[in-house]
Amino acid sequence: MPASNYGEKNTAITGVGQSKVTRGSEHSALRLTVDACMEAIKDAGLTRADIDGVATWPGDRGDESGFSPVGCAGLQDALRLKVKWYEGGGEAPGQYGAVFNAVGAISAGLCKNVLIFRTMYEATARKKAFANSLLKAGQRQGGGFAWYAPYWNYAAALQQSLFFNKYVHNSGIKPEQIAQISINQRRNASLNPAAIYRTPITLDDYMTSQRIAGPLRIYDCDVPIDGCTAIIVSRMDVAKDLRNTPVRIEAVGSSMEYRNSWTQLDCLPTQAQPHVAEMMWSRTDLKPKDVDMAQLYDGFSFHTINWLENFGFCERYGAKDFIEGGKRIALEGELPVNTSGGALSAGRLHAYGAVHEACTQLWGRGGDRQVKGDPKVVATSTAGGPLAGAMLLVKED
Amino acid sequence: MRPPPAAMATKVTDAMLDTETKSGSTITPPGAPARALPVIDKDNEAFWTWGAKGQLAIFRCQDCGYYVHTPVRFCPKCESVNVEPEAVSGKGFVTSFTINYKQWVPGLPETFVLAIVRIAEQDDVQLITNIVGCDPDSVTMDMPVKVVFEQHEDLWIPFFEPESK
Repeated sequence: MPASNYGEKNTAITGVGQSKVTRGSEHSALRLTVDACMEAIKDAGLTRADIDGVATWPGDRGDESGFSPVGCAGLQDALRLKVKWYEGGGEAPGQYGAVFNAVGAISAGLCKNVLIFRTMYEATARKKAFANSLLKAGQRQGGGFAWYAPYWNYAAALQQSLFFNKYVHNSGIKPEQIAQISINQRRNASLNPAAIYRTPITLDDYMTSQRIAGPLRIYDCDVPIDGCTAIIVSRMDVAKDLRNTPVRIEAVGSSMEYRNSWTQLDCLPTQAQPHVAEMMWSRTDLKPKDVDMAQLYDGFSFHTINWLENFGFCERYGAKDFIEGGKRIALEGELPVNTSGGALSAGRLHAYGAVHEACTQLWGRGGDRQVKGDPKVVATSTAGGPLAGAMLLVKED
Repeated sequence: MRPPPAAMATKVTDAMLDTETKSGSTITPPGAPARALPVIDKDNEAFWTWGAKGQLAIFRCQDCGYYVHTPVRFCPKCESVNVEPEAVSGKGFVTSFTINYKQWVPGLPETFVLAIVRIAEQDDVQLITNIVGCDPDSVTMDMPVKVVFEQHEDLWIPFFEPESK
């Protein structure tokens, strides 16, 4: 099939919305979801009646973790949506699985305007349910993480630093280079009124901050929040008649070619990103040099470092030089990265914050943090470990 | 050539526990958090119980000799379903590790090491573990290690310590 016929190119993001994002909300998770979704629907110039598909990731978890407290069913009933297609499964190429599924549903003719959302309520969960641990006391652990159960694996920061330490070992990256990711993002957050932490940090702040595990310090870790992001993905012929310039999904990377296991992963230092990025680039004529900015997953700073290499913005183990001093990845640099402050400073919106920011920038709504020069092409990515997903977004002419 | 037949999956008895293993190990210090334990199923039972007889059990294809981990009775190399647990040497190497600094719950040691160990027999068998019996700061990539078990309830948890110990 010629690349020009790939289904994603016939879809576009047409609206975005975001609830108030806080470290403890005055509203319920469902209400935050409604706020984000209604804003996205209106932003696209649509009404609830126009939404004929809804998708989320990973769906309603029905637990007290706050990781995913709202699913398609809860939202559908709150908004009384009448849709032809819906989906909220967790086994997917990371958080963007919902987007890729929407592309498939639109391509299959099932729907034409899909509302996609991701809700996090982890700030409140930590206060109300003491949900700060991967381990639950008093019961035996099942599933893939059971292999970690006896080993005091209390947090993703501990578990994923197994990957990051391997990267440090192989690449020789130094703490003062790693620091540039969080310093840059805090600087960007200082220009974003919606960010959680807005006071710039210095290299000295970073180097003296709390150590968590392995190479991770507190500033390398994302910030649990209460909040929701929503986007509308529309069929291109519909998108062209809506109020925003369509942001075409130019290419996706959704592959699962590594061992999809948190213990047997066969690409520890890179995580499952390289083949996903290769797939994305194989579906477009654009090249890394054509990308105007990058909104990269940053559950931890190392995910962003990995993606810089795996997208091809620099060579393998060359990120340390690419980010040295922070100039290239700054707002005014050759490749602005995570311009909202990202999950590290604007809050853990779990990759959908990155999509929201990509559209915010492409539509020229960035305010004090707007990237100059009318950016048109954004690379964006999700997830770490065995999960990875990637998208290239292009503003239509 | 066929590999030697699998070790028999001997049922662990109380007598074996008394005579062949040492309990009351100090891997988990007094006052430290309880070890969470895995749900046992038909594939992972040998891994979590053969420590009672001092053995580290890894599934192995009885037709082509490939070690299959995490365990399933299907060999991804030759498609055989004749896959059974076998005792391996218990030796391995640190593929990656991380030192924990944060006190996630009360009682955690000030630092401890979470690691991925590859077994000596086959590089792509990766075991999550703690490296014990040494200063966390002394752990290095590719360091040779050997298994040591600690009993928790009815399970025997494999840990690894420096081989030189």
